[in-house]
Amino acid sequence: MIYNAPVKEIRFVLNELAELTSVCSLPGYEDCSVELVDAILEEAAKFAEGVLAPINKQGDKGATLKDGEVTAAPGFKDAWQQYVESGWVGLRAPADFGGQGMPALVAIAAEEMWCSSNLAFSLAPLLTLGAVEAIHHHASEELKAVYLPRMSSGEWTGTMNLTEPQAGSDLAQVRSRAVPQADGSYLVTGQKIFITWGEHDMADNIVHLVLARLPDAPAGVKGISLFIVPKFLVNADGSLGARNDVRCVSLEHKLGIHGSPTAVMSFGDNGGAVGYLVGEANKGLGYMFTMMNHARLGVGVEGMSVSERAYQKAVEYARDRVQSRAIGSPDPSGVAIIKHPDIRRMLMTMRSQIEAQRALAFYTAAALDRASRHPVASEAARNQALVNFLIPIVKGWNTEQANELTSLAVQVHGGMGFIEETGVAQFYRDARITAIYEGTTGIQALDLIGRKTFSEGGATARALLDEARATAGKLEAAGYASMASNLQQAAAEAERCVAFILESFGTQPQLAAAGSVPFLKLMGIVLGGWQLGRAALIAREKLGEDGVDEDFLKAKITTARFFAEHLLPQVGGLAAAIVDGADSVLELDENLF
Amino acid sequence: MKVLVAVKRVVDYNVKVRVKADGSDVDVANVKMSMNPFDEIAVEEAVRLKEAGKASEIVVVSMGVKQCEETLRTALAMGADRAILVETDTELQPLAVAKLLKAVADKEQPQLLIVGKQAIDDDANQTGQMAAALLGWAQGTFASKVDIAAETVDVIREIDGGLETVKLRLPAVVTADLRLNEPRFIKLPNIMAAKKKPLDKTSPADLGVDVAPRLKTLKVAEPAKRSAGIKVANAAELVAKLKNDAKVL
Repeated sequence: MIYNAPVKEIRFVLNELAELTSVCSLPGYEDCSVELVDAILEEAAKFAEGVLAPINKQGDKGATLKDGEVTAAPGFKDAWQQYVESGWVGLRAPADFGGQGMPALVAIAAEEMWCSSNLAFSLAPLLTLGAVEAIHHHASEELKAVYLPRMSSGEWTGTMNLTEPQAGSDLAQVRSRAVPQADGSYLVTGQKIFITWGEHDMADNIVHLVLARLPDAPAGVKGISLFIVPKFLVNADGSLGARNDVRCVSLEHKLGIHGSPTAVMSFGDNGGAVGYLVGEANKGLGYMFTMMNHARLGVGVEGMSVSERAYQKAVEYARDRVQSRAIGSPDPSGVAIIKHPDIRRMLMTMRSQIEAQRALAFYTAAALDRASRHPVASEAARNQALVNFLIPIVKGWNTEQANELTSLAVQVHGGMGFIEETGVAQFYRDARITAIYEGTTGIQALDLIGRKTFSEGGATARALLDEARATAGKLEAAGYASMASNLQQAAAEAERCVAFILESFGTQPQLAAAGSVPFLKLMGIVLGGWQLGRAALIAREKLGEDGVDEDFLKAKITTARFFAEHLLPQVGGLAAAIVDGADSVLELDENLF
Repeated sequence: MKVLVAVKRVVDYNVKVRVKADGSDVDVANVKMSMNPFDEIAVEEAVRLKEAGKASEIVVVSMGVKQCEETLRTALAMGADRAILVETDTELQPLAVAKLLKAVADKEQPQLLIVGKQAIDDDANQTGQMAAALLGWAQGTFASKVDIAAETVDVIREIDGGLETVKLRLPAVVTADLRLNEPRFIKLPNIMAAKKKPLDKTSPADLGVDVAPRLKTLKVAEPAKRSAGIKVANAAELVAKLKNDAKVL
């Protein structure tokens, strides 16, 4: 199934909306330039289109488990080999351990292509990089030297072992145990579930990061430590030694992302798996949270990327499928369904939200880079606040909408969309997990109203809404009346909701919580509309220049107008539910459900 | 042994080309450009020769507008050692390119010049042959296998009747055909490294070559649309139609 990496669109968002050149000028990113990024995008596109997209469908058949050994889906091992040889794992891995140390903004553009072409595959490098980040930030120099080079290259992959049957969103319930040994290592026992790429045959070794409790650990979240537990122990000379006491005992049967083996991992069935403490004891959960921003941003990109792929498939079908005369036409002959107004509405609904989501995600990635590298402390802090506020929105909104947009892509296909051979159903199924893992939408929304809005008195929320209003003012001056007034009005509604949350959260948090997901969606729509408004203004300005792609720029403006006219008005409805609708959420007695 | 490889920046093979409204040329404004696929095979072959220890240095050259630099960077990322851009805004025709190649070869003194058998934009299939003639070198065109010895090169050529093997004395010109090899995916670290490899710029004037076009394009048009076919009832009707309507029998 064909995937065309939207390189022109990605380039526009990188250069114009996320201001790549300013990110490249941050200390430590001197090697990065627009030309270099162009070359990276071209090659990433070739790889995604030529290697990853063709095996996505066969990946849907899934990996297989036999005698504790998992064989990846057909073609995946070869693709991983090529991916590793091409050096893609290291794109944003730290330069001091063999990575290329590129900005998050550049990495996210490539990651979009991996996710669009093959979501299940893309999780292997994503998890590996998450583990690399945790080890790089918190582990001892000795552990870094052993594990980071071979994880940054992709020779070994990494996993995150957090969840246990009784400890999902609430990690305070973690029961896995780690007992210190005389040699300074630990013996880890326990069962972990939902371990993405927990066991497979693509790499020589798998480095599990495991949350477990020490014997004397306090109860709750303050008693959880983080351990490295390799599948094969590593000898002093770096060669692989004995098989560690960790086994995959089962693979989950899932709704989607079948190409990604989701393992039940059993640690210490034969006495204990050898593990090594990362950083200090009892600080494991905090360590996991340091990479949470990157991981959640990554999942937001996953949602947007699957929507993009489903959109491409829907457009292809809509151009090809001839059915019914054009409405209002005297000519009875059938036309391609892309000419039918409702098909167009669905395609525009997908397109406009995907563009808004990409813009918001890339904008957030640029803020992440500025937060970590900006030489002026106040600017770094301002960007960190932006990141903190935007992450739950990008994660929550992009993935909630991925369910809706991939569903629309199925709808465009009519009955054929419901047939698996058509292929679009896979995107619909694959998208479903993105709103669940790495914190469900409900968890994101609670984070957004509590830590990200109430705790800071709504400062970042209001700063962003001010920016949206400023853009609305420019849109008005440019003569884009509907975009200007709808954005202005949406920002005012959002302001009303921020005030409601600030007022209610401290005294009656259940009222704010009842409308938290609608609030997250509302912010997604308003800020998405803001980004598309910016895009329209830039496109308008560029249209005056020589040798530009007029079709592309005009489409940007039309797409922004569609979003303003079809999505921004939803904000009013959401605001009413948020501010006035909490009581009916909470009133019904539990017994009556 | 030094190998010289020529690469051309062309409209990407995935792009559906459009003719300009005035019929003067193909519209290349805002169209994705990339390395001519046959030239990519030529670069790949040179890199493989180097990896096999048979080539010591790969110099890659392109002629044309400033943006050809991107094409050269791609070749450098694939594994070429250094690049030369002969920069000009003039439309370059095969003879002009062949003359420029001769001038560059005179300077660089390679043992082997590899070019794609043709470029996918004009499909001229002339540059390699013309360059060989101007240099007075042997030529092995449409190569599907290249085997280098001390002073000769064996080239398997794809010809209409099958395969032909020729032995050429070095220095020689080889033009790459589709089956010569399959170009690799570029490695990320090599993209970064390519930025730092030397890229020299020169011009037709510096090389003393007159590149003024000798041929004039009169008109560019899309191929005529195919008209709908018809069904025939039997073989007799088919023969009658071929005889009377199509007049091919």
